Amino acid sequence: MRKYIRFLVPLMIMLIAVMLSGCSDQYVVLDPKGPIGESQKDLIWITVWLCAIILVPVLILTAIIVWRYRDKKDNKAGYQPNWEHSTKLETIWWAIPIIIIAILATVTIKYTYDLEPSKPLESAKQPITIEATSLDWKWLFTYPDEGISTVNYLQIPEDTPIRFRVTADQAMNSFWIPQLGGQIYAMSGMAMTLYLQADEVGDFLGMGANFTGEQFAKMTFNVKSTSDADYRAWVDSVKQTSPALTEEGFKELKLPGSSEQQTFSAFPKGLFDQVVMQYVGPNGIDAPNSGKKSGPVHDAEGGHDTQSPTTTDEAKS
Amino acid sequence: MFKEFWDFLMNDFFITGDPLILGAQVSIGLSMVAIVIALTYFKKWRWLWTEWLTTVDHKKIGIMYVIAALLMLFRGGVDALLIRTQLAVPQLEFLHAGHYNAIFTTHGVIMILFMAMPLMFGLFNIVVPLQIGARDVAFPYLNSLSFWLFFFGAMLFNVSFVIGGSPDAGWLAYPPLSELSGSPGLGQDFYIWGIQISGIGSLASGINFVVTILKMRAPGMKLMQMPMFTWSVLSSSITIMFAFPILTVTLFLLFIDRYLGAHFFTLDGGGNPMMYVNLIWMWGHPEVYIVILPAFGVFSDVVSTFSKKKLFGYKSMVFALMSISFFSFFTWLHHFFTMGSGADVNAFFAVTTMLIAIPTGVKVFNWLFTMFRGRITFSQPMLWTIAFIPCFVVGGMTGVMLSVAPADFQFHNSYFLIAHFHQVLIGGVVFGYFAGLYYWWPKMFGFKLHDGLGKWAFWLWNIGFYVCFMPQYALGLMGMTRRFNEYNFDLGWQPLNIVSTVGAFIMGLGFIFQVWQIAHSIKFLKKEKSGDAWGEGRTLEWSIPSPAPMYNFAHLPEVTSSDEWWEEKQRRAKGIQPKAPGPLEPIHMPKNSGIPFIMSVFFFIAGFGFVWHWTWMIVPGLIGVACCLFARSFDYDPDYYIPVDEIERTEAALKGVR
Repeated sequence: MRKYIRFLVPLMIMLIAVMLSGCSDQYVVLDPKGPIGESQKDLIWITVWLCAIILVPVLILTAIIVWRYRDKKDNKAGYQPNWEHSTKLETIWWAIPIIIIAILATVTIKYTYDLEPSKPLESAKQPITIEATSLDWKWLFTYPDEGISTVNYLQIPEDTPIRFRVTADQAMNSFWIPQLGGQIYAMSGMAMTLYLQADEVGDFLGMGANFTGEQFAKMTFNVKSTSDADYRAWVDSVKQTSPALTEEGFKELKLPGSSEQQTFSAFPKGLFDQVVMQYVGPNGIDAPNSGKKSGPVHDAEGGHDTQSPTTTDEAKS
Repeated sequence: MFKEFWDFLMNDFFITGDPLILGAQVSIGLSMVAIVIALTYFKKWRWLWTEWLTTVDHKKIGIMYVIAALLMLFRGGVDALLIRTQLAVPQLEFLHAGHYNAIFTTHGVIMILFMAMPLMFGLFNIVVPLQIGARDVAFPYLNSLSFWLFFFGAMLFNVSFVIGGSPDAGWLAYPPLSELSGSPGLGQDFYIWGIQISGIGSLASGINFVVTILKMRAPGMKLMQMPMFTWSVLSSSITIMFAFPILTVTLFLLFIDRYLGAHFFTLDGGGNPMMYVNLIWMWGHPEVYIVILPAFGVFSDVVSTFSKKKLFGYKSMVFALMSISFFSFFTWLHHFFTMGSGADVNAFFAVTTMLIAIPTGVKVFNWLFTMFRGRITFSQPMLWTIAFIPCFVVGGMTGVMLSVAPADFQFHNSYFLIAHFHQVLIGGVVFGYFAGLYYWWPKMFGFKLHDGLGKWAFWLWNIGFYVCFMPQYALGLMGMTRRFNEYNFDLGWQPLNIVSTVGAFIMGLGFIFQVWQIAHSIKFLKKEKSGDAWGEGRTLEWSIPSPAPMYNFAHLPEVTSSDEWWEEKQRRAKGIQPKAPGPLEPIHMPKNSGIPFIMSVFFFIAGFGFVWHWTWMIVPGLIGVACCLFARSFDYDPDYYIPVDEIERTEAALKGVR
């Protein structure tokens, strides 16, 4: 045994060293650039320390016990084969985890309400709304306030709350910009709200975090946070230089496949809400398309979204 | 006509055009031919049929479960190594995206449903009747049916790899991706029917063991005197009884969506994909406790045996098992805190999830204090148990971190999560079942596994595990998301991914050592003469010869303590001889039956027909199932008695061996 432990300990230390030696700015979750991510980082550290209160003593205790009570002839440690119960001891270790979990639960509940993703951020500035739509397999971002739209690229002004509205055209995705804060699911037929904010200028990684099919890995995007002035300049330049996204263009964009970054000077009005509402039947409720029409499989192909210009071709396959 | 058929075979039926899969197809074909030739050459067909395929003996069924599980571990492991190879280097073009997606899907399904579950049922079958002093399970025929349903379900799932196409929508197949709109291929149907057929078997096994444990205990054995492994089987089986029907219903609804165009989980027509996500996790979360609880049971028995000391805090342990199994039904939502259910709901499920840490923590303390003031020998089962404790404690702590709902918004679906559940599933379930296999191996086969090779395997698995999964925690904090089939150079994920891949291959090497260990131990077989192979056995299974005779106990034991065999040995050491047993009586045993095997073949046929929408195949399949049910109903002669002279002969022969 002894030689194995001697061999294992340096290995573990090396391993930890390797892990910690990576540039710390790569640990995006622990290096947040916005208030939400900041709170979540604090919460993560609180959890780590609370857990460590139990973890460290237990690991040490394990090592000591395994070592001290190994079966050796000259082992002088006590041996009590029938000692099987101690109300005092057992009360202690029912109590310790209960106390730790009670503390952690209290902290968690408080943070859960504080960090509810749809809760607006406190700020002197008016929030900007950006709508994020997960398509197969690219992100479409529409800026209703500016009338512009982008694909796989986000530009935002620093120190301004961003109100993201998030949905998916088809498969469920998750919208995640680790350095700004936690993710929210992008689900078809629903518009989720997520408030985030960047406190400084910089480029951040964004991605789809829930598997959506074949080219899911291509759904990463760049988030560029700039000064207000740069943001305005960027919006103006997009308006002047980029093409408009038309209904036709959107239909093409929706076709399965990955995409480069794109910018559009305009997009069809209410596009995001159309995507959200596309599965709602003509009666305004989620009724099966035209009601009576029966028959297997191709049912889904019916006129359920006749009011919507964005007919899906899902059932043809 | 022939050409059309050929085109169908080559274009639709078989998966063609991938060298990896072609290699697998050829090797599967060759090994099947080799098996048939070997069976014919050695004239073993009748032996195979009478001794194994038709057996209702719990010990043989257990062995078949274990063999099937190890084969599935091999396949799931190869999947894992392919995944890790693809991720070793940024933008590697080793597996294309579709293939990669299929591989991580099958890796997940196989490891949980077709590796962990059968290995667990294998241990249930081998150990429980022996531990409680019974001669078989409560429903031996149903037990056989459970195994064959599992087996043919697993085969149906696995066949999709070479025929028709593998599922590729993730191991829990969230709609709408798993609906016809997202997965028009056949893979998803193989998924549904493979799991559905084996799921019936799992549910039946759960019921079987609950009844066995409640009704078949040896005279005198009170519930609070059962060995801890048996308690863990009871808690796990009760969980199965409540959880598996949810899985069956959920997948059935998904099947109706896909097959008949219903709208339970579709986007349109009033369907709600999130309903599926809720339902599947109402099964899925209890499922992970179903597989971990018996591992806890194994650790309890092993730790007490190899510390030569009574299990500390028996009542706490029982209470902890049962409360974990109860609370496991109230935590499902923590798998999707990010669905936006609101702070009330998230807070509730965050707290229920954390609650599970309490009984689990208590169990760890009790294991530690079982060793405390004991005498620990580092046999193979004990090594795995000792390695389990730190591994599982760390994994449990990261689990608590994940349960903190607002923090989970940053961990969810990242490699932090991947590292967490692999740590509890490998460090907990796999280490636990390995400990159990090594522990009860001599009871199953009558010989021990080679020690030196086993230690090699142990260290390779352990080192490999940490090298593979510790970097993944870091990768998660770097923002690496699960199920990415490739990543860019500029993300800085490269070094740790390579480390992780190396770790995976070290574990693969560990598995090879285990195969070698088994082969070596068979070749240089040293017959285990005593039934009490470790010399320190505490429970009834060690009081009978290894392997146990068909009827297990010639005389049913009288039980007065939870460590009955150990107490008995203490009494004998003091010179108190056991009460002389009465005369032998004929033993009532179930007859072998081929119906479970045949019925499961018909289930397979029907399932295969459903996958392909072939009515001509579905109908005979279902008729076959019905006929088997019918035939069994009119079988008035399912049991027999072993006459006393035969028992005497068997016992005398076993004594001779001793």
